Amino acid sequence: MSVTHDARIQVRTAAATAQRTVVRGWPDVNNPAAWIVAAILLIMPLIANGFFLIEIFATTLILGTIALSLMFLTGYGGMVSLMQLTIAGFSAYMVAVFGVSGNANISLGWPWWLAVPMALTLATIFGTLGGALAVRTEGIYTIMITLAIGAAFYYFTNQNWAIFNGHTGINNVGTPHFWGVDWRWDIPFYYIVLAVAAICYFAVDYISRAPFGLALQGVRDNPRRMAALGFNVNAHRVAAYAVASFVAGLAGVLQVWNYRQISPGSVSVGACIDILIIAVVGGITRPIGPYIGALVFVLLRTFALDFLVKIGLDGNRFRLLIGLGFLAIVFWSSDGVIGLWQRWRQSQRPRSDHPGGGRGHG
Amino acid sequence: MTRFVERHPAWALIVIIAIAVALWLIFAVWPAGLEEAIGRKRVFLNALFNGITLGGLYFLVASGFTLIFGLMRNVNLAHGSLYLFGGYVGYAISASTGSWILSFIVAFILTALVGVLLQVLVFRRMEGQDLRQTMVTIGLSIVFADLMLWACGGDFYQIQTPTWLIGPIDLPLVTAMKSSGEPVYLRYPLVRLVIFLASVIIGIAMWLALNRTRIGMIIRAGVDDRDILAATGVRIQLVFVLVFALGAGLAGIAGVVGGTFQSLSPGEDIRFLLASLVVVIVGGMGSIPGAALGALIIGLAEQLGSVYIPTYAIVVTFLIMVLVLALRPQGLLARR
Repeated sequence: MSVTHDARIQVRTAAATAQRTVVRGWPDVNNPAAWIVAAILLIMPLIANGFFLIEIFATTLILGTIALSLMFLTGYGGMVSLMQLTIAGFSAYMVAVFGVSGNANISLGWPWWLAVPMALTLATIFGTLGGALAVRTEGIYTIMITLAIGAAFYYFTNQNWAIFNGHTGINNVGTPHFWGVDWRWDIPFYYIVLAVAAICYFAVDYISRAPFGLALQGVRDNPRRMAALGFNVNAHRVAAYAVASFVAGLAGVLQVWNYRQISPGSVSVGACIDILIIAVVGGITRPIGPYIGALVFVLLRTFALDFLVKIGLDGNRFRLLIGLGFLAIVFWSSDGVIGLWQRWRQSQRPRSDHPGGGRGHG
Repeated sequence: MTRFVERHPAWALIVIIAIAVALWLIFAVWPAGLEEAIGRKRVFLNALFNGITLGGLYFLVASGFTLIFGLMRNVNLAHGSLYLFGGYVGYAISASTGSWILSFIVAFILTALVGVLLQVLVFRRMEGQDLRQTMVTIGLSIVFADLMLWACGGDFYQIQTPTWLIGPIDLPLVTAMKSSGEPVYLRYPLVRLVIFLASVIIGIAMWLALNRTRIGMIIRAGVDDRDILAATGVRIQLVFVLVFALGAGLAGIAGVVGGTFQSLSPGEDIRFLLASLVVVIVGGMGSIPGAALGALIIGLAEQLGSVYIPTYAIVVTFLIMVLVLALRPQGLLARR
């Protein structure tokens, strides 16, 4: 579909378009900034204490991974799906239902290495079915249908007591414990989250350059021509939903381990929209965007209250701040923070050989 | 109608049988066996009427939404915020002046003004960029929701029903027979019937305005091809502003209606945004009769569902949407 294409058409320069045909190597291998970021992330437990490690960085990586699945669908497939958080939440619920939790009458008590694959499989099936429904429509219709799916799931979890335990949700979800390590301790958990986020990031980046990803981007740019070339347009879209659902499902597992509980509040409509905000604020053309957006979002969510109080305003207005920031970014840049940064780089350097430019566009 | 019967005889038969069964359920005195199987007739009739009147409310919200979409191809996800804003304005007016009618007028004018501002300041700047418009409306709905929470707090408000509408009336529908053989009639709140009637009148007026007037002709032409319409010399931006004002104003009126027979609180904006989304998806985007049909179906499904399968009422609504998408992705009454 061309909606995302339209939105980005101004920022995509002719140079970037020309670069799209160039076969690219591994991402960011030559970019010193990427190595520095990777090193900082690896030694983070030495720098940050428990609060920053989990509440800021692990949460950022989890939210970023959910937003990454949205970025994959939107940036490469041209489909804006608001149900990515719902899929993550479904996966989280499944971990709680099949695994160990405080609600013994609901949870089946499977060990984590059985419950997690089960949850991932079911979440992928759920997301793929939702995607199969959503690809029957295009563009803004997709947004509405996925939003409706997300809302239906939210209300369903609120009303269903047999599996989802109504509005109280499932508490005291068990976390993995093996090799003598409780993997929910701050530092091991941070590394699990980091590893999953890195795998998802590189996987999405790899897929975007693999034949499937290239075909998907072709479908995004011109579905009719791709169909004429013999590609099954809808199959590619549904497959993209399957990939994105798996990524979102992984993040959902981490999320339920992080909070040790899951309730309908975590899959509410507002939270679904937050994921879209994260992806858009970060930038939906490259896999790094969602993580940047997630960092901005988590920092705002955590510190906006203190900040507002400090400058003498009502601290409860932090959603206003987030909303206004989102509006400003959507208004001034159609590619989020990345777009702003890229534009700034371009204005610094009139020649268009800026590093990273067009690299993630695919 | 005859064409439909000729082309789909099986479907026509099913529809006719369904209508006959529904009419029998409404007008006949239920035999004892049926009452045992699915409960009392009074419960059924109440749910039915609640569903129809709720459908009227959904129609008011969704018709503005679908009108704006139909002409300008922009999905205004801040439509729920306009609904809630209209409701709060209506509450403020009716609480300060005590006039229910006046609250409709003021709510219509103020939300229409907000709509005009939205169209002039926001949507005109990004015409044709669907996704960006959608994102901007999401951002706006967050900002509006928080501003309204700031101004009105998290309390529940209910708009006072005027005294001449308070109380139930007897409808000529027999719900049961007393042992003495005397019929018991259905008692139903007058205000809901009046509101339903008003939404039917608004719907018919909109249909007439769209199909019988010059401005309606322009709007319909704009829905089909707005570039050609602009090329023929119609001041299309003015039409856009008018339609946006009308759509937003309808949402404002719906807010007053919703505030009268339900209540206003933060979160209602999202609820009604979702309801109008589902309604227009079922009925067909951009079609006023589609919005009416969708609103009726969704209202009935919600109310009947909450009576007969209380746990999964919301899922019934969702299943209807899935079914429609699977069989007719463009919506029941959409042309394309």
